[in-house]
Amino acid sequence: MLSRRRFLKFGLGGGLLLAAAGVARGQRRYVPASGAEPLAILDGGDRAVLAAIAPVLLEGAGDVAGNLEAIVGSVDRAVIGLPPHLQAEVKQLFALLGSWPGRRLLAGVCAPWGEAGRAEIAAFLERWRFSRWRLQQQAYQALHELVFAAWYARPDTWPAIGYPGPPEVR
Amino acid sequence: MIPDPIRAGLAAGWKVTDASALEGDLVLEADVAIVGTGAGGGVTAEILAEAGLDVALVEEGPLKSSSDFRMVEAEAYPQLYQESAARKTRDKAITILQGRSVGGSTTVNWTSSFRTPPATLAHWRERYGLRDFTPEALAPWFERMERRLAVAAWEVAPNENNALLARGAERLGIATAAIRRNVKACWNLGYCGLGCPTNAKQSMLVTCIPAALARGAQLICLARAERFALRGGRAEALVCRALDARGVHATGRRVTVRARHYVVAAGGIGTPALLLRSGAPDPHRVLGARTFLHPTVAAAGLMSGPVAAWAGAPQTLYSDHFLERGPIDGPIGFKLEVAPLHPLLLGMTLQGFGPAHAALMKDYPHVHVLLALLRDGFHAESPGGNVGLRDDGSPVLAYPLNPFIWDGVRRAYLAMAEIQFAAGARQVLPLHERATPYATWTAAKAAIEALPLEPLLARVMSAHVMGGCAMADRAERGVVDPLGRHFQLENLSIHDGSVFPTSLGANPQLSIYAVAARSAAALAATLAGKPAVPGA
Repeated sequence: MLSRRRFLKFGLGGGLLLAAAGVARGQRRYVPASGAEPLAILDGGDRAVLAAIAPVLLEGAGDVAGNLEAIVGSVDRAVIGLPPHLQAEVKQLFALLGSWPGRRLLAGVCAPWGEAGRAEIAAFLERWRFSRWRLQQQAYQALHELVFAAWYARPDTWPAIGYPGPPEVR
Repeated sequence: MIPDPIRAGLAAGWKVTDASALEGDLVLEADVAIVGTGAGGGVTAEILAEAGLDVALVEEGPLKSSSDFRMVEAEAYPQLYQESAARKTRDKAITILQGRSVGGSTTVNWTSSFRTPPATLAHWRERYGLRDFTPEALAPWFERMERRLAVAAWEVAPNENNALLARGAERLGIATAAIRRNVKACWNLGYCGLGCPTNAKQSMLVTCIPAALARGAQLICLARAERFALRGGRAEALVCRALDARGVHATGRRVTVRARHYVVAAGGIGTPALLLRSGAPDPHRVLGARTFLHPTVAAAGLMSGPVAAWAGAPQTLYSDHFLERGPIDGPIGFKLEVAPLHPLLLGMTLQGFGPAHAALMKDYPHVHVLLALLRDGFHAESPGGNVGLRDDGSPVLAYPLNPFIWDGVRRAYLAMAEIQFAAGARQVLPLHERATPYATWTAAKAAIEALPLEPLLARVMSAHVMGGCAMADRAERGVVDPLGRHFQLENLSIHDGSVFPTSLGANPQLSIYAVAARSAAALAATLAGKPAVPGA
């Protein structure tokens, strides 16, 4: 693992983290195969991170695998509405996790996201959740908020939790 | 079909400009420019327009109204809240819910209406020289605004979420009382926080702002007040940036408002930020300091019977027991209320993930949530936070959570858990990363006493931003005088919750309405020669 000092250079707010990590990634626009709407903010690398993490966060909530594109689309729509400073932080977080040094050295996930197992991802999330480093705690909470908001934003998740949805008033 | 007074007004020719659609820069003139359309700006607009003054209102958010309010979280948060309801303090330890659309936080608040507590006013008189702030002297202003906004006792039975607070508290000998609400013919739906779809809530959106617009005031929405052009101790112009339809990015168009007088009512974060961006004089370094939040912690009670905390008037009962136990300037006290629960915000806020989180969500119909709002700002160890600016000019609040606050948080967790078990909870879960559902009061008590209380472990929220531009009797300890007039800028006033020198110990809307009405009436008298009487 990196020292605290080194980690801070990777900080969410640091701005230079991608350069520091030697990561150069173009904006590869992600177009889902299913013919759903292209993503506005997230790119293919961001999608791969999300597609690996969301099923672990949402385990037990319902058919996550069958709704991955809907979850990714829902996160993308949420990010569009955030102010520029938060959009930049979210993009930095996904870019960091999508990079080799970010995944391997900071998240401690050995396998590429598409191949990492549930237990390995859950262990990474738990480490960041209770990390001594505030940036990791903040990053965990950002992932938690984005994914749970994306899931429960969708009316088809409501029957499983007994929520009838808003009443009819017209 | 529910009539939509905003769409009707627009059809009738109100002067409303959606700045996102501007194709060129815009320059406007008015007697008074008001920044912000929430509790302070709305009240001020009506009073000044009634006095015959030409008023221009500038709002950062969009104009949305009952036809738009579909009670859907994923639509409401981006449209109606600052930063899509994801605004946080600088260290991200406190989530701040603030409105951002025409009507400000009044469009999305939960209608709880309290006069400023007498103990708070006494503290202000003693410590900040606000000699006229007695309950008696303010009573006519409260009465005026209560009449205007239909603040009254709520006669309908409380929903189960509120009833549980009363039931648990009663078994422990803790007093609760009813919350008055600013509603007319309320349908008791429970979606106040997502914009009232029936126009029952007497927010600024359906009361003072339409009244001002009907008298010829102009409203520019999706325009962010960027800075004042200041010269010689006066504001010469207000420069605003037009925003896109989402209210996220600047379009590059500018709106400039030239006025005789400027009223800033952009809230406890927006107001100091605008003055900081403008380079406003701050000789005593008080601008943006002492910003208070009522830092709020929560506990979920998992009940045997249905709670359905999404349905019914959200806040109808409260307890001030833990505010009144000690002196106001002693260990921090807290007010107890309940929180309405909607799935998106609940899912985001509940700690943990995977099967444990999913199990809690499946219990959603049985979840009851108590809130403890800590009364900050009355003790030397509760100096609040500081508003600063990011590199892009956007505001950020730094609010350190210190041992003085954490002491109150622990007592609040204990009090909430004990009440919830007394109300029959099967399990109680403090909203804290290290907490799990506890099955007995004894187990909960032991666990809460051992919980590490640190930023980002305890969930801390705020829906009440106050202070940052305190009023005081003299410039050494405030930004504005007791009538909201800036100490250094002669044609600029502040009429919002940022003028409070401490937090309130009560939900702030009615305090803001009354204090803004008082300041606005005095301003109208000065500018238009009309007398400042509360009964007007």
